[in-house]
Amino acid sequence: MLEKKRIDKSPVELTKKDFVSDQMVKWCPACGNHAILTAVQKVFPEIGYKKENFCLVSGIGCSSRFPYYVDTYGFHGIHGRAAAIASGVKIANTELSLWVATGDGDSMAIGGNHFIHLIRRNIDINILLFNNQVYGLTKGQYSPTTPRGGITKTSPQGTIEHPFNPAGLVMGSQGTFFARVLDNNVKMMSDVMYEAAKHDGTSVVEILQNCVIYSDQAFANIASKEVRDEAQLRLEHEKPMIFGKNMDKGIVLSGNKLRVVTIGENGVKEEDILIHDQYKKDPGIHRMLGRMHPPKYPIALGVIRSAPFNTYDRLMSEQIETAQKSSSIKCVDDLLNSGDTWEIE
Amino acid sequence: MSKNANVVELEDVVVKFVGDSGDGMQLTGTLFSELAAFGGNDLATFPDFPAEIRAPHNTIAGVSGFQIHVGKRKIYTPGDMCDILVAMNPASLKANLKWVKYGATIVLDENNFEGKAITKAGYQENPLEDGSLRDYNVVSAPITDLTKDSLKNQEIDKKFAVRTKNMFALGIVVYLFNQDVKRAVKLVERKFGKKPEIFEANKTVLTAGYKYAKSLETIQTIYKVDAAPMEKGRYRNITGNVATAWGLLAASEKSGRPFFLGSYPITPATEILMELSIHKSLGAKVFQAEDEIAGICSAIGASFAGSFAATTTSGPGLSLKSEAIGLAVMTELPLVIVNVQRGGPSTGLPTKSEQSDLLQSLYGRNGECPVIVIAASSPANCFYYAYLASKLSMEHMTPVIMLTDGYLGLGSELLKIPKVKDLPKIKPPLAKPNEPDYKPYKRDENTLVRKWAIPGTDGLRHRVGGLEKTNIDGNVSTDPLNHQLMVKLREEKVKRVQDFIPEQNVVGEESGDLLVIGWGGTEGALISTVKRMQEENYKISLAHFNYIMPLPKNTKKILSNFKKILVCELNMGQFVNYLKINFPEFHYHQYNKVQGLPFHVNELTEVFKNILEEDKNA
Repeated sequence: MLEKKRIDKSPVELTKKDFVSDQMVKWCPACGNHAILTAVQKVFPEIGYKKENFCLVSGIGCSSRFPYYVDTYGFHGIHGRAAAIASGVKIANTELSLWVATGDGDSMAIGGNHFIHLIRRNIDINILLFNNQVYGLTKGQYSPTTPRGGITKTSPQGTIEHPFNPAGLVMGSQGTFFARVLDNNVKMMSDVMYEAAKHDGTSVVEILQNCVIYSDQAFANIASKEVRDEAQLRLEHEKPMIFGKNMDKGIVLSGNKLRVVTIGENGVKEEDILIHDQYKKDPGIHRMLGRMHPPKYPIALGVIRSAPFNTYDRLMSEQIETAQKSSSIKCVDDLLNSGDTWEIE
Repeated sequence: MSKNANVVELEDVVVKFVGDSGDGMQLTGTLFSELAAFGGNDLATFPDFPAEIRAPHNTIAGVSGFQIHVGKRKIYTPGDMCDILVAMNPASLKANLKWVKYGATIVLDENNFEGKAITKAGYQENPLEDGSLRDYNVVSAPITDLTKDSLKNQEIDKKFAVRTKNMFALGIVVYLFNQDVKRAVKLVERKFGKKPEIFEANKTVLTAGYKYAKSLETIQTIYKVDAAPMEKGRYRNITGNVATAWGLLAASEKSGRPFFLGSYPITPATEILMELSIHKSLGAKVFQAEDEIAGICSAIGASFAGSFAATTTSGPGLSLKSEAIGLAVMTELPLVIVNVQRGGPSTGLPTKSEQSDLLQSLYGRNGECPVIVIAASSPANCFYYAYLASKLSMEHMTPVIMLTDGYLGLGSELLKIPKVKDLPKIKPPLAKPNEPDYKPYKRDENTLVRKWAIPGTDGLRHRVGGLEKTNIDGNVSTDPLNHQLMVKLREEKVKRVQDFIPEQNVVGEESGDLLVIGWGGTEGALISTVKRMQEENYKISLAHFNYIMPLPKNTKKILSNFKKILVCELNMGQFVNYLKINFPEFHYHQYNKVQGLPFHVNELTEVFKNILEEDKNA
C-alpha cells in the first residue's frame, strides 16, 4: 500500500471489482485499451487510497472514454485539455490521486501546449499516455507519433512529418518521471502505474497501445513473440541493463553514447554493463535510454526516469502557508481596509 | 510673495497630468487624487498610457497621462475636457490640447520646449512662441532647472534629481488648488518613507514647486473645490480591476469555497491576475496558465474539485475560451469569466475601451449554450458585480460572464468600504457525504440547479463531461428526446435566474419623452447627461442595465412607458439588437460610437436634444 501523506487510505481492503463502473465498455474488441483498463483496476486497490480519493480526467479520443469505465470521480473534458483541467483539479484539491487518460493526438497535437507545461511544472498528476500512432476516434488520420512515411487516411502517400518521441518530449520538458510499457503486459503496466503513483510530480507512462483497426501491429517489431526478447530492454532500478533471449546482451556507455554489447565478446564482462538508476536527477542517460529503438537498439521499457524534484502543488501550498503566517491581511475585511483609507464623518 | 490671487469656487474640476512615459505622471496623478480624496472631494480617475513600455523619448507615441475629476458633488466619470493640463514636454501638449477647455490653465515645463523635442512632437514652431496657446492661461515655468536648483544642496545623483521634476509640477498644482502642501508631503512620505533620501528629495522639490507657484505673478486665479456631501463611512480609492479581484475574494470567503484563479496575462485585464497573486494569505490559489484555454480549463477543473473558480481575460482571450465555456455549461459547474473588454476585433485596440463583446458573451459558442451575463458599470461597483456574479454562479451552478471594460478596469473612483458580514449570503448547493440517491443531474424543482458533489467526498462518485448526459443519472446519451430536454433545462435554468436578480431601476420619472438605455461602463457619462437635462426640465430618464442575461423582469414595462427609446453603446448596436430580439414590439433609436473613446457629456447632450427636437418638428 502506498503512503502519501495528504491522501486518505481506504479503511477497508479494496479489490478490482470496486473500480468497475456500471457503464458498458464501448471500445473495439481486442483494442489494447481493455488491458489498460484491467491494469488500472488492478493497481488502484493495490495503491490503497479511498475510492473517493481517486479521480480520472481525460480529453477527447478513444482513450478519453476511460473515466466512464472506472468507478471513481471522473471528468471527461474537451479536445486536448485534459492536462489543463487536471492541473486545476490537483492544485485545488491536493488530496486526490489524479490520473489523466490521454492519447498521442490529444496530448501531443491539440493539447501539446498543456502537456509540456504540466510536465514542466511538475504537478503531482499521473498521465497514462495511450500511444497508438494514429487518430482512432476520428477514424484513422496520422498523429504526431505516426512514423514518417506512415500511410493513413490523411497521408495516402505517407506522412512527411517527423514524429515526436514522447520520451524525448517529456524529458525535454523537464520531465521528472517517464516510463514506457506495452499494452500486452498487464503485470508490467500495473507495476509501472504503481511507480507512477509513488512518484511526487508529473508522471508520464507511455503505453504502446495497439489500435486493431487503424494501426494494427504498429508495434509488432518490438512486441511480437519472435522478436521481443531481442527488441526489449526491461529496466529495473539498480539492475544491470541486460536483455536478449540468452540474457547475454547489455548496454554500455561508450564515450557519450550508449552501445549494445554482448557479454563475453570482445572482453565485455557483466560488470561493464550500465546499472539503471531511475532516481538520478541528471537526465543524460535517461534521455539516451528514452531514444533507443530497434533495429540498432532494444526499446527501453519500465521506469526510465523517476527523479525527485519539488512539486508545483507542494510549493504553492508552502507559499500560501508562509503568506498566511506573515501577512496582516487575514480576511477580506482586512483587505478592504488595507492601504490608504479615510473616514467621512 | 505676490499678489492676492482670486479664489474661485468650483463644483468640479478636471486635471490632467501628461508627459513622457518615464516622467512619473501616473504617480503624480495618483498623489493628487489622494490629496483631493483626503480633502473630502468625490473623484474619478483614468490613466491614459501607451501600449509600448518605453516608446521613443519625446514622441506622441510615448505620451503617458493621468486624468482626475474632482468635485463637491457626486462624480460619475473621469471627465471629458480638462480645466488644468500639466504638460511636461511638447509631445504631451500636442497630444492632449484637443481635450483642454477653452481658457483652461496649462502648466508647462519650458525647459523641454526647445530644440529637437519640438520637432519630434510634430510641431513646426515652438508652441510657446507661435501664438497657438493664446486662448489659454499658460503657466510656463523652467521646471527642470528649478528642480535641479532646489536639490543643489543635496548629495544625489543628477539623473535622479531630474526625475523628481514631476513633484515640482505637483507642487504647482497643489497651490493652484488651494490644497494643503503639508498634507501632500505626508502622502509623499507614505510612498517613499522607507527610502529617506528619496523622500527628502521629493519633499524638497514638491515644496519648491509650491513656493514657486505662490510667488508667481502669472497665476491670477486659484481654485477651490469644497468637500462633497458624502455618506458617512470609511472610504478608499479603487480601480475597477482591483475591485473585481476583491469582489471575487469576498465571494470565496462568504461561500466558504476556497478561491482558484486560472488566467493568462492580457491587457487590460492583467491587473486582476496580478492583484489576486498577492493575496495568498487569503488562501487564493492563482495559476498563471500557459494560455487562455488552460486558464479557463484549469478553472473548470478547480471548480469540479470544489473551489470557487474564476478566469479573467479580455476580448481575444474570450474567443479562445469559447469551447471551454461550453464545457462549463454542459457540466453545470460554477465559473466566473471576467472579460475586461477592449477595442476589437482581433487584437484591435488593446489599451482602449469598447463594448463590442456583448454578442460574443451571449451567443459566441457552439450549440445552445446559455450563460448568465452581467456587466459592471463603474470602477467601484466592479466589486459588487464580481461578488454577485460569483453568487449567481455558485448558487445556480452555471458559468457567469462578467463584463467590464478597459475604462472601468483601469479607472478609479471612491468606494465606500463595505463590511463582509453585510454582503448577501452565498449558499452553494453542496451535496452531503453519502447523500442517499445522489445523482449528478438531479435538479432542484424550482431553480433546476444540480448539486455540487466534490471529489474526495464519501459516496458521491460520479462522472461529468462535455458529452450530452441523461437528465438525473448523468450517463452519456445521444437519445434525441433527452438532448432536447437537456437543452431546454439548461436554458430554463438560466432564465429562472430572473427570480433572483433585482428589478431594473430608472433614473428619473417612470415615463416621459425619452428613455435613454445603456449598459456597462457608459453609466457615468449617461447618468451625468440625463441628470443635467432633467435639471433643465427635459422629460428624459435613464435605464442603465447591469443584468443582461437574463434581463430584469420589469424591462418590458419600462420600455412601454416612454415615447422614444434611445440605446447608447460603444459598439455598432449589440444591446439594441438583443433588445429587438427580446422585445420586437418597440421602436428603438440608437447612438453608437466605436472610437476607443468613452462617451462625453456634451456629445450625448447634443444627441439627446436632437432626438427630442425631432419630436417637436414632426
